[in-house]
Parts: sequence; C-alpha cells; structure tokens
Amino acid sequence: MFGFSRPQLIAFLAMVALIVICPFILYPVFLMRVLTTALFACAFNLMIGYVGLLSFGQAAFYGMGAYVSAWTIKNWHVDASIAIALGGLTGGVLGLALGYLAIRRSGIYFAMITLALAQMVYFFCLEAPFTGGEDGIQQVPRGFLFGFIDLSKDMTMYWLVAAVFLGGFLLIHRIIHSPFGQVLKGIRENEPRTTSLGYRTDDYKLIAFVLSCTLAGVAGGTKALVFGIATLTDVNSSTSGEIVLTTLLGGLGTVFGPAVGAVVITTMENYLAQMGAWVTVIQGAIFMFCVLSFRRGILGEIGNLLKIKL
Amino acid sequence: MTISRRTLLASATAAGAAPLARARAQTPTIKIGVLNDLSGPYINTTGVNSVVCAKQAVEEFAAQKGLNVEVISADHQNKPDLAVSIARQWFDNDGVDVLLDVPSSGVALALQPVVREKNKVYLNISAASSALTGEQCSPNFVHWIFDTYMLSRSTGGAMVMDGGDTWYFITADYAFGRQLEADTTAVIQKAGGKVLGSARYPFPGTTDFAPYLAQARASGAIVLGLANAGADTINVIKQAAQTGLIEKMEPAAMLMFIDDVHAVGLAVAQGLNLTESFYWDMNEGTRAFTKRVLPKLPKNYPNSVHAGCYSATLHYLKAVADMGAAAAKKDGVAAVERMKAKPVEDDAFGTSKIRADGRNMVPAYLFEVKKPSDSKGPWDYYHLRATTRGEEAYRPLADGHCPFIKA
Repeated sequence: MFGFSRPQLIAFLAMVALIVICPFILYPVFLMRVLTTALFACAFNLMIGYVGLLSFGQAAFYGMGAYVSAWTIKNWHVDASIAIALGGLTGGVLGLALGYLAIRRSGIYFAMITLALAQMVYFFCLEAPFTGGEDGIQQVPRGFLFGFIDLSKDMTMYWLVAAVFLGGFLLIHRIIHSPFGQVLKGIRENEPRTTSLGYRTDDYKLIAFVLSCTLAGVAGGTKALVFGIATLTDVNSSTSGEIVLTTLLGGLGTVFGPAVGAVVITTMENYLAQMGAWVTVIQGAIFMFCVLSFRRGILGEIGNLLKIKL
Repeated sequence: MTISRRTLLASATAAGAAPLARARAQTPTIKIGVLNDLSGPYINTTGVNSVVCAKQAVEEFAAQKGLNVEVISADHQNKPDLAVSIARQWFDNDGVDVLLDVPSSGVALALQPVVREKNKVYLNISAASSALTGEQCSPNFVHWIFDTYMLSRSTGGAMVMDGGDTWYFITADYAFGRQLEADTTAVIQKAGGKVLGSARYPFPGTTDFAPYLAQARASGAIVLGLANAGADTINVIKQAAQTGLIEKMEPAAMLMFIDDVHAVGLAVAQGLNLTESFYWDMNEGTRAFTKRVLPKLPKNYPNSVHAGCYSATLHYLKAVADMGAAAAKKDGVAAVERMKAKPVEDDAFGTSKIRADGRNMVPAYLFEVKKPSDSKGPWDYYHLRATTRGEEAYRPLADGHCPFIKA
C-alpha cells in the first residue's frame, strides 16, 4: 500500500497507533504542537532529503499560511477546512513566486536566496496592517469543521490535526515513491546526468518546492487554529533554522525521521521550559551530542543499524 | 454588569460561609505559575527575580493565613505558541490558578483568551500593550504596573511640564515604535509642547544611529525622544553619549528599566529620563521591601516588574484569604472581582485601586538618571523628577473600548 516496504509499513502502523493512543495519556494540545511541527518538518524533508535543496526560508511559507488561515477564519468566518486549505494555497502561491527565483541557483546560493526572500516576507508581515505587527493576530476562533463539527474541544481539534498530519504524511510518501519522486532523487544524486536523460530538472525542482511550501502552509494554518494565534515568531528566521535542525536530528531523507525529530524538539522545548535559564544550554548540549554521535540523524542511524530503510 | 454582580454575590457568600479556623490540611493548594523569559532578551527585566519576588509575597502572607501556596515557573522563550501550550497544560493538568508576569506583548495577548476560557486569573506585570485592558480586555485579567499609554503620558507630559517642551523622536519603524511616537506626540501637544520632527529607522537590524542622531542635533530640540525598546534604546544612548549629544539634548527613553541603566552604566546613562512605577530607594516602604527581598535575589536589585510580581501575588493572596481557597480556585472571575473590590496596599507601591477594566492605577514616576558623582551607593541611580497620579496616568475607561465593560 502506498509503496511502503515491510519495515516502513510496520513503522507506519506503529505511528498511527501512537497517534490514536497518545491523546488519552498525554496532553492533547502538546501533541497537536508535535503533529503540526512534524508535518512542517516532513514537508521540509521532501525538499532537502529528496531533492537536495536546502532552504533557509521555510518559515515564510509556514508563517504566511498561519496568518492567512487565522485572518480568514477570524474576519470572514470561513469553515476550518477552508481556512486550512487557504493557508496551504498561500504557502503554495508564495512558494511558486519565491521558488521561481530561488531554484535558478543551487547549494549555498540557493540557501542564501531563500533566506533573503524569507526576510522580505518577515518584513512584510512586520509592516502589513492585517498581521497586527508584533502583536500578531490574536483570539482566532477554531470555528467549525464542515459547518457542524465544533472544534473548540481539544480532543475534536486533535483528530482534525491528526487527520491533516496523516494526509500530508501519506501524500509526501506517495510523492517520494512515484516516478516523479525517482526523478527528484536523480536530481539530488546528479543533476547534470538527470538533465542529460531528458528531464527538465528546473521544472521538477520548482514543483517539489511548491509542494513542500504548500504543505508548510497547511501546517502553519493548522497551528494557527490550534493555538488561536498567528505571530511574527512563525515567520521568523529562527523558525526556519529550527525546522532544519528538527529534520537533521530526525534523519535527512528518511520518511519517518522528521516526525521523530519534531517529537524530540517539541518535547524538549515543552518539558525543559521549567528548567529556566538552562533550557538553551541543555538544548545545545543535546544537539551537539546528536550531531557528533549520530550523523545520519536518529532514524538514519537506527535504519542503518537494522539495515532497513525507514 | 449582571455577570459581575452575580459572581460578586457568589464570592461574598462563599467568603461568609468559609469558617475562620480552617483546618490546614483541608485547604486546597493555590498554584501560581510565573511564565516569563528565563533565557532571552527580558531575562534581567523579568526572569528569576520575578519568581523570587512572588515567593517572597507567599512567604510573608500565606503561612500566617494558613494558605497552601505553590509557585512554579517556566520559560516561554518569547514564543507565543509555546506560551499558550504551557499555559493550557498548567491549567488542564497541573492545577495552576494564576498566570503571573508574562513579558512581550505578543505573548501576553495570546494568553488572554486561554485564561478566560479556563476561568483562571491572569496578572500581567511586564507586557506593555495597552490593548490588554482595551479592545482585548478580559474579566479574568489585571494589568499591574505600566502600559504604553502611561509611559507616553508620564515621559511625554511630565517632561513638557518640567521645561522639555521641544522634542525630536528617533523611532523604530514598526507598529510599536510608531504607536509610541504618535501617543507621545499627542500628549506633548496637549501639554503645550512641540514636536520638531522625527527620524524613523528600519527595524530590526539597525545598529548605526549616527545619521539619525545628527538629524536630531540639527533640529535644535531640547528633548531626544526614543520611541523604541531594549537593545535599540541602549545603542542609541551609547552612541548619543559618544557623540556628545547628551550634553546638548535631554534624552527620554520610552521603555526602560533600572536593570537596563545598570547594564549601560551611569557614565553613559546619566541625564536620561525614563518612567517606572517603582524605585527601590523611593520611600520607607520600598526600602523595607528591598531589604527583605534583596538577600534572596540572585542578581540585580528589584525593578518595577519584580516589585509588581510581589505586589500582585500579595494582593491576590489577600483576596484568596477573604473568599477561601476553594472558591478562588473554582472561579477566576470571582477572584479578580474580589481583587478589584479591595484597595491594593503594600510596601512596594503604597495604596492603589484596580479599575473595572483590570487596570491597576499605580502612579507613574518620571526619573532622571543620576551623574556618577551624585551616586552614593550601589544602585543609587534615580532622581525623582515628576509624579503623575494614577487617575491621570492611564487611558480613561471610556476610551479603552473594553467590550465587557459595556455589557
């Protein structure tokens, strides 16, 4: 199913089981935070792990998705599904515009161009009247799904977030294992050779970029509904940096890696918050430990150990 | 007003029913959650000192009244979504009743609906946004020591009265900076002063303020208004000192605390005007409070935020003692109503009243930073220049457009 290998299918079923069981044990709002970050990281992984494009500007799409979802549901009272879809659409359209410029270069130049463009988006959000400047968009209602499911209960919202995450996850998995995905991997391994085989690599890269940005927008929009806010933190360059770290930590180019990375990072942020000034020190130490001891990321190492592809 | 009257009645009956000699074991534990910045830019302004001062209030008051109180803290890292996530967890799982401190306006505003939804108490000390008691107000909320309106009113109005009647602004070009400039300009003009011009610099990322300082010098204004905050304010002051502008103009910082002055040093900060609502060496009460709390503070003397955490915790506990811990835990609105019904009284701020929209009407003091030669001891930094009474310092109730006031 969906081109899962046997170990991947087992891992996938385990993940679904965890998503179903966890809200009864752990706090659902925290889990929703994990799931939205995981979707964002998975979308980013589609680009870096499978096309080899390192973007430092993903927060622009995530944050704009959050702003548009929050704004439309607050001011136009649209359905939650439409608000999230609009968030995704915003991410996609913005991705098309910025990606069209950025994919013309590769490597460090690509990273710098995405960073610069994302800073422009940040500045736009800081100044534009509809974003509320540094106060952000506040008191966003969660609204209704399909007009009749009230999302104000945390558990109801959780199932929506879980569905959005699983949908996004399966979509990414499907993309990776399609012929289109094979070409993407070809580009990652050797772009000139892929060109010589007759593929227009720029088009492929742009499509992958737009897909990734759309999903980032969906993740941002979902997050805005969960917490009822969209603020400058979402479009800030530090968010872009964090998502790079999340994906690295989980395992670049593994299907499940980014989700694991999101679990680790969000848990650290949440449960270390009580430690006060030590949070950043502990986070730094854990990062150094991970980077030094498992270079392929957590899942990359496990997969390597068990000789399977996760 | 139906809701508030009903809750007031309910709380009054609850308080009346509570027997005076409660068995300590039966009293439920009141939990106070200090949610602030323990690792970022506001670490000194809020940070661990806020936690210590909240605990100080608990020590002084809770034991003698037989209340069980626990103070916990967390770092929100200035991320609104992290803050919301922690607060929800605190309310739903950890039984936290009060959210205290919470710097950074974006974060502070994000928590407002959460506290209201869970019917808890939200005592904000260190966020500046006046929207907290305006359009985004809440019956579960009290804003303790300052807001943007009061800062512009005190620094702008009181300085004009004191002879600083021509101004030039250096403004951070984003909503907060422009708002502060506009508010202060209105106050200055109303007081009979004049604004000769303003220079807006791109935010964030500007570090060289020399061209803006040159424009300010050329304007011939008496006062140099700094409509910005944090590191930017400090950078402008440092560069103004280096270029000798300090001798020609009187700088006025719109948002600055005593720990910032300490960080810059008197040699640079001398002559600077700023507004705070607490200074440790103000009177008998403030000195007594500082003496009690100082040995426990890991760094710095208390600033107005830290004293505010003490004062707010103390006042909340007084309300709890009146109405009984169980009733206070059950209904956040009732607890806040009780706080509003009682005058606030403590060593740090003297006496004040909390208005219906949740605004604590503490006076605003305009301070001038002393010259190094005038400073006699450690942290002897401020010289009081003017006082604005609480009733004049804050935005009038009707102008706030707080939705639940009309209801």
